[in-house]
Amino acid sequence: MSDYLVQFNNISKFFGKVIALKDVTMRLKKGEIMCLLGDNGAGKSTLIKTLAGVHKPDEGEIIFEDNKIVFDSPKDALDIGIGTVYQDLALVPLMSVTRNFFMGREPQKGIPFLKTFDVEKANKIAADRMGQIGIDVRDPSQAVGTMSGGERQCLAISRAIYFGAKVLVLDEPTSALGVHQASMVLKYIVKAASEGLAVILITHNVHHAYPVGNSFTVLNRGKSMGTFQKKDISREKLLSMMAGGEELDKLEVELQEMDRIHNKN
Amino acid sequence: MSLKSKSISSKGSLNEDERLKKISPLRVLLNRPELGALGGSILVFIFFGIVAGDTGMFSAYGMLNFLDVSANLGIIAIAAAMLMIGGEFDLSIGSMIGFAGICIAIPAIYWGWPLWMSIVFAFAMAVLVGYFNGIMVVKTGLPSFIVTLAMLFILRGLTLAITRLITGRTQVPGLRVLIEDDPLAWLFATDTFKWLFTWLGSLKLIELRTDGTPLATGIPPSVIWFIALTLFATWILMKTRYGNWIFASGGDKVGATNVGVPVGRVKISLFIGTAVASTIFACIQVLDAGSADTMRGTLKELEAIAAAVVGGCLLTGGYGSAIGAAFGAIIFGTVSMGIFYTDVDTDWFKVFLGAMMLIAVVFNNYIRKKVTESK
Repeated sequence: MSDYLVQFNNISKFFGKVIALKDVTMRLKKGEIMCLLGDNGAGKSTLIKTLAGVHKPDEGEIIFEDNKIVFDSPKDALDIGIGTVYQDLALVPLMSVTRNFFMGREPQKGIPFLKTFDVEKANKIAADRMGQIGIDVRDPSQAVGTMSGGERQCLAISRAIYFGAKVLVLDEPTSALGVHQASMVLKYIVKAASEGLAVILITHNVHHAYPVGNSFTVLNRGKSMGTFQKKDISREKLLSMMAGGEELDKLEVELQEMDRIHNKN
Repeated sequence: MSLKSKSISSKGSLNEDERLKKISPLRVLLNRPELGALGGSILVFIFFGIVAGDTGMFSAYGMLNFLDVSANLGIIAIAAAMLMIGGEFDLSIGSMIGFAGICIAIPAIYWGWPLWMSIVFAFAMAVLVGYFNGIMVVKTGLPSFIVTLAMLFILRGLTLAITRLITGRTQVPGLRVLIEDDPLAWLFATDTFKWLFTWLGSLKLIELRTDGTPLATGIPPSVIWFIALTLFATWILMKTRYGNWIFASGGDKVGATNVGVPVGRVKISLFIGTAVASTIFACIQVLDAGSADTMRGTLKELEAIAAAVVGGCLLTGGYGSAIGAAFGAIIFGTVSMGIFYTDVDTDWFKVFLGAMMLIAVVFNNYIRKKVTESK
């Protein structure tokens, strides 16, 4: 038995002539938070969709708990315990917290053919779960639309965990959030990892990733630039690796030049 | 600055008071989709109570009259509302009513089928039409507005063409004699609680004919169907897993699919629902009139959608209620009949219908903003 809960070995994905991913390798232990960093177009979305079972990898293998796995559909990934929270969260703002939490997997009670949605039980579980992450849902029948962005994100993550996720794949969970909301979500992610989940955190924000991540994989133009342990790499180094680095340096030079000209006039 | 957002507080802290203060009962009520229609119904009753209180509109006979009209509209409005909550439209409701009518009448009159078999046949055709609408919308991803608009023309055309081909006319009379002793027709053609009306008549509490029998003979079948369907639809929406799927499918199709809701199946079944409701409507009317008319049900789809909207359904889906649609239908039914009892020209009914719908849409829009208001 290897140390790793899940391994993605040499994953490649091609769309026609386009090489979306080439030889990307990621390995995660239980309780580990791996941050997947990359600029727009680096292949992050393709990689997530491959992990979530939306795409099949053209090369490479996925090994989960020492078994080689082939996903035929997103449901297969869900069933073995890879829970993906997409950017749109799959929440319906007009529906209540409870109804969103159990959407598609409602607990039922009663006799066959007359089964009813067990609202009391669902309310209780939803309120409990939200309470555990420090969100006090005053009324589980309140619409999700009334919640803040951070709370919604936490609801979506909490839902994925409740329905059996062992590996949590989070797509840009903090990108649309303010500082306080983002820190709330990050805190929850750390908590989830401390309870034994493996977390893949996809982001282009190094400042959000660095404090919480244990390891960092940087994607650039479909290729992995390597996985680094936190002790081996600085925040600045990471930032410059994300392709943005060089360009930002150039930008800085240009700005200084403009400044100089401006001052001269 | 506090790190906590308004509704977040750390575990274990006492926040019961804060919670209770936040939501007033009025707010809770305002967030219910059926509030507008309920308020509207009360206003309509008060209005006619004052304007037409002494004209016989609120006699037993008068009340059954406008309830019958409301109930007929309500049967299709509830199905339309459920489909709208599921995020789709059905513009073929009116044509389906006409089509179902001849599906009952032609086999029964011209092919010698027993009436019950024709009724079963009409419902089978309804399931087919609904299934076709649904599968077209789900598989092609085209707006249901377009798909069912096409169906509106196709069905009405088929109804006319087939009827004229087989009968040479556009009406098929002669059904009334077949109702008696039919094992199925009574479901759509029996007045209930007759004993109550006879008893009330014997006490001279309600109006009587010259021969001593009461003017209002019983609760028409439409009203029973209307009440039963309202309860059934509300139970489905609020109390079942399938109900949650309807809200989810209409609220966010992609999100719902991602978490495992069979959105396609839900939508198809809702289209079947509107076609079946149209057929119930057709059964009641055809058996009541004793004849099928190819133009029956014209424009009913728009009235049904209007009632659903007045009842709080959002045009974009994911929000609404069956009770709301029921009240929406009651408003329209009451006004369309009540207007006869006033001095107002009945031409004004359409003006009212349009204005009411406009007000409802503006109001619904406001409510939706309130509900989804982010903190």
